[in-house]
Amino acid sequence: MIEIRSLSAKLGGAPVLHDIDATIAPGRVTALVGPNGAGKSTLLAVIGQLLKASAGSVTLDGADLSDMPPPERARRLAILRQNTTITPRLTVADLVGFGRYPHSGGRLDDADLRIVDACLAELDLSALAGRHLDTISGGQRQRALIAMTLAQTPRALLLDEPLNNLDLGHVRRVMEVARTRARAGVAVVVVLHDLSIAARFADALIALKAGRVFAAGRPDEVITGPTLSALYDTPIDVHEVAGSRVVLT
Amino acid sequence: MRARAAIAAGLVVLIAASLFTGVGSITADAEGLWLVAVSRAPRTAAALLAGAGLAVAGVIMQMLARNRFVEPTTAGTAQAAGLGLVVVTLVAPGSALWLKMLAATAAALVGTAGFLAMVRRLPPQEPLLVPLTGLVYGGILGAATTFLAFERDLLQFLDIWMNGEFSGVLLGRYEFLWAAGAASALAFVYAGRFTIAGLGEDASLNLGLRYGQVMALGLALVSVITAVTVVTVGMIPFVGLVVPNIVSRLRGDNLSATLPLVALSGAALVLACDILARLLRYPYEIPVGTVLGVLGAGLFLWLLHGRPAHGRG
Repeated sequence: MIEIRSLSAKLGGAPVLHDIDATIAPGRVTALVGPNGAGKSTLLAVIGQLLKASAGSVTLDGADLSDMPPPERARRLAILRQNTTITPRLTVADLVGFGRYPHSGGRLDDADLRIVDACLAELDLSALAGRHLDTISGGQRQRALIAMTLAQTPRALLLDEPLNNLDLGHVRRVMEVARTRARAGVAVVVVLHDLSIAARFADALIALKAGRVFAAGRPDEVITGPTLSALYDTPIDVHEVAGSRVVLT
Repeated sequence: MRARAAIAAGLVVLIAASLFTGVGSITADAEGLWLVAVSRAPRTAAALLAGAGLAVAGVIMQMLARNRFVEPTTAGTAQAAGLGLVVVTLVAPGSALWLKMLAATAAALVGTAGFLAMVRRLPPQEPLLVPLTGLVYGGILGAATTFLAFERDLLQFLDIWMNGEFSGVLLGRYEFLWAAGAASALAFVYAGRFTIAGLGEDASLNLGLRYGQVMALGLALVSVITAVTVVTVGMIPFVGLVVPNIVSRLRGDNLSATLPLVALSGAALVLACDILARLLRYPYEIPVGTVLGVLGAGLFLWLLHGRPAHGRG
């Protein structure tokens, strides 16, 4: 359970988040949505302790994340920012293996290697395990980065636009993996732009607008024509197709 | 690992060659042993320590700056060490060697920290800006050093520090280089952490790395290795650039696995160049810095040219 209380944050001196209150329950995939510049990535980074809050607190299972020692925090929480670029020439297996660093301190034992193999398989990367990152495609690299965060076996998993560069098959795969992790008791937060994907795979939504929570709730509560039209300041229609909501602009 | 075994075998051959290469011939008597103990062995050890150290310093720097085209002599570290050395020589002439070493190390530390602070602001999608900034920055520091040395009539000393050579290495006059060896050995312990730091600040923090501490340690190791080398044998260019880039091509950048190969290759390259330096104009010598300047520049151009098209930088 991630609890966010009266959270504010600034970027380069400018206030970006204002007094955010939210609770993110384990067992669910929570989609973070909203227009460009709403503060989604900033909120994720503040929860993940990559940015400092200017006020308020974030706790994970009751423990304040801001004063947790970094290795301990990394065992409980994993965050992937958008557009992460990796300069060292590593193999896919090396990179995913680094996900075990918070647990192993660098020496991977058999149990660590089994977890790495399982995460590679989950994201359809087993055949690429020995390839260097500079010899695979952008979407494959993105999946390798997601696999690294999975290998951390965290209690909270934060993914900022993880579907960038992914083909439809792997979009589905990543969202299903997120769901599997959530069902296993992980609190999963995913920043998404595609609201139809959010409607189909998320259990809860938090919509941000101009640094504040604009709406929060189940997909059928948030993904409605009037709410989305007001959120994005543009006319949006929501249709029901085969039991799932499809969002049209 | 085959590559590591091959380099190690080559190193043994080079060490033997180094012990027997020089103007005096080695004979199996007291005089021959004395020559080996006082001159040849220390010179060989100095080349190995400096080579291994500079290659390790180069690869650490490349991880910290997240750019594979930097090394101590192209990012102001060596120039800052030289500046520190000139300043301490002016302020406290005749000061002990350890004090000069300390001043050079401190200056290298400040200079490199300045470089890293500068390159953090550069756009990541323009990787070549980083080495360019380093060259300009090093040039400015070097110019300041030359100006000071010129004003105070120290140019001949400067020449010794700026142009690495091993002909002056004798027993009792190179031992500080073992500090570079110790710093390189310490880098092995932290190899995994330096690689993670190379993933960038956010990814490192996500993995629970104490990023600031690892950066500070890397800076300290790079500074000690560079300063000790500059003060003892002078600046040796390109080792820290060429060796890690070739190893990266062949084996990738996971330093936990590749650092031994980096260190061995650096040692082998510098020792081979020193043997060349002794032979090219036999019985005269060329500074090893000059040999490496030519050879290293050629290798570097080849590396730049053969850069794979995407995902690098």
